[in-house]
Amino acid sequence: MLTTRVIPCLDVEDGRVVKGTQFKQIRDAGDPAELAALYNSQGADEVIFLDIGATYRSRKTMVDVVEKVSRLVFIPLTVGGGIRSIEDMRTLLNAGADKVSVCSAALNDPSLLSKGAEIFGSQCIVLSVDAKRTGKSWNCYVKGGREDTGVDAIDWAMRGERLGAGEILLNSIDKDGTQSGYDLELTRIVSEKLTIPVIASGGAGTLDQVVDAVRIGKADAVLMASLLHYRTYSVGEIKQYLREKGVRVR
Amino acid sequence: MIGIVDYGAGNLHSVQKALGFLGKESAVMQNPSDLKGISKIVLPGVGSFGHAMAEIHKKKWFDPIKKWLAAGRPFLGICLGMQILFEGSSESPGVRGFSVMKGSCRKFTGNKVPQIGWNDITIKRDVPLLGGVESGDYFYFVERYYVISEKKNVILAETGYGSFYPSIVGQGRIFGVQFHPEKSGDRGLRLLKNWEERC
Repeated sequence: MLTTRVIPCLDVEDGRVVKGTQFKQIRDAGDPAELAALYNSQGADEVIFLDIGATYRSRKTMVDVVEKVSRLVFIPLTVGGGIRSIEDMRTLLNAGADKVSVCSAALNDPSLLSKGAEIFGSQCIVLSVDAKRTGKSWNCYVKGGREDTGVDAIDWAMRGERLGAGEILLNSIDKDGTQSGYDLELTRIVSEKLTIPVIASGGAGTLDQVVDAVRIGKADAVLMASLLHYRTYSVGEIKQYLREKGVRVR
Repeated sequence: MIGIVDYGAGNLHSVQKALGFLGKESAVMQNPSDLKGISKIVLPGVGSFGHAMAEIHKKKWFDPIKKWLAAGRPFLGICLGMQILFEGSSESPGVRGFSVMKGSCRKFTGNKVPQIGWNDITIKRDVPLLGGVESGDYFYFVERYYVISEKKNVILAETGYGSFYPSIVGQGRIFGVQFHPEKSGDRGLRLLKNWEERC
């Protein structure tokens, strides 16, 4: 049976991991390749690198990071942050990324999803949706959650699926960084309305919240950053807990 | 030397990197003249059945691969590269695959499509390809369509997603895997190593 994926997310700037550098068991915790290898050894199902640098230099360095990691770690690798064009996608996929995640560029130009899916296959295209609650619904935000686009997040996710996205990375701006749990309502609505997998993101602070994301939120995969980076738990411990609670994991 | 067929399907490099990590030399083959000196073929594949076959024909790969398969030479098809060993797919009606195995592909129903993630295999036949691999081991899958094989004896392992379907097939020295061994961690690397050394 298909298992629920546990996916560590690493924030990278100028080729260095900028959060979660508190690991004692590895030599250079700022090195994306070393951290990816560590998470792989703990049983991570995929790894996501998010380039938060958003400068030309930072993006260029990310290509080298991807090239290096893909020679050492043989699990799926997704790269996001600052991807604006088919050429950006091609460069990262050729360097060794298995998937690319697009957010604001797809809102500006939705054809990026359909063109990307047509050229590289929809399995390569992850639509990242940064959603923030606005009254009874959720809107898509851009610029790191600072700017409201006015676009309904659920409608956008559904449109993204039609355009050719292979997965949705659903990040709750309200929950991000709070460690107060995933936005279960949002996750569940998107997961039930779409036929493509949904990766829940934003808010993981306890193991039970991770279980809830799967059980109540119906997430196909759970993404986590702080929960891992500050050594609260290892990937192995998270998976063990999920297993005890009856969630199928690898 | 292992030759990886490039027919525009992309993602060739991850297979090459995994083989490289295992110390196995491989070459990406742009066109059939690159087959010189090649003893084993890997056929990766993403995208649709019809698109893949069209590209294979356009780049003049069909006849040399068909001949290779007819001679029973060492071959590994990955993901869509496994599906096109069969006769056709409901994804692309009327398009014929290599037809070395009898059966066709159908779309998953009742679950999230595509299936993306780690799923386990149940081994049906013990073969050298699966040395050190056990039933219950997990591999990384990404697909919308699954194979329905007319002959049970080509099914080396099955996987459940809604119902059980063939996730590893083999006939002589021709193999196909529905998952991505190059992205399946240690188990996947083990399978690639077995294939290179023992198949």
